[in-house]
Amino acid sequence: MTAHAFIFYVFAVTTLAGGLMTVVSRNPVHSVLWLILSFLSSAGLFVLLGAEFVAMLLVIVYVGAVAVLFLFVVMMLDVDFAELKAEMARYMPLALLIGLVILMQLAIAFGVWEVDAGATGRIAAPITAVDNTRAIGLLLYDRYFLLFQLAGMILLTAMIGAIVLTLRHRQDVKRQDALSQMFRDPAKTLSLVDAKSGQGIAAPIEGARQ
Amino acid sequence: MIGVEHYLTVSAALFVVGIFGLFLNRKNIIILLMSLELILLAVNINFVAFSSFSGDLVGQIFTLFVLTVAAAEAAIGLAILVCFFRNRGTIDVEDVNVMKG
Repeated sequence: MTAHAFIFYVFAVTTLAGGLMTVVSRNPVHSVLWLILSFLSSAGLFVLLGAEFVAMLLVIVYVGAVAVLFLFVVMMLDVDFAELKAEMARYMPLALLIGLVILMQLAIAFGVWEVDAGATGRIAAPITAVDNTRAIGLLLYDRYFLLFQLAGMILLTAMIGAIVLTLRHRQDVKRQDALSQMFRDPAKTLSLVDAKSGQGIAAPIEGARQ
Repeated sequence: MIGVEHYLTVSAALFVVGIFGLFLNRKNIIILLMSLELILLAVNINFVAFSSFSGDLVGQIFTLFVLTVAAAEAAIGLAILVCFFRNRGTIDVEDVNVMKG
């Protein structure tokens, strides 16, 4: 077994184990951590395939943003997960059956699968000697620029949607009111008084801030 | 030698694990969303494997878009989840029949 094969098997087994533990874990925080492990090891698989840019993107976007978002939500919501997990045993036979059926379907499709003889003639963008990130940039900002812009629009929509859904103005907390601070008139709130020596100021001044 | 079949096998197994998770955690919508992420990851592995072994870079470009959509989906899904939890105090998705649709 070559080193390449060994590394592939390590990453593959880690990815699958992480995925499996994600769905069967009892604690959702552990689930998120297993998910992170699964993403990291599949990033390793991508590096083995020569797709370094996608691998790094997976680490940054998934592990850095999405998984942390999951972790944040899991820890923020005070959910009784034990109650939700209690019925897991009930769904287990059905889930196993459906998983087995889909696995067998995939295996059947895999058994008769073969590459079309003319497939090499239809390559849209051949991988050249240019390094991976630069090649993706050359392709993405040129031929697929419209799709790139549309992906940005999708992200913008998601951002606006998430903010609109979760933003709420609570009335029972004190907030900074920037406008009323800026439009405060010093003449109404401030007064200069001559304090006589030895007497001080007896009463609070009318209109002055306490 | 590791060929494209090995990667396809990993991808298929990960996809099935994701489907399994969807049916196993019917009530817990957070794990449901994580299972969806696993399924999309399996699809991405497929795309990158074919891209690498057939020498076509477009597969990796498409992976970027799948990743974008998956991130947007996770953000919106979790926002809806937080909103739902505020209103109902639970995330049991079998209770989601308020609109009687």
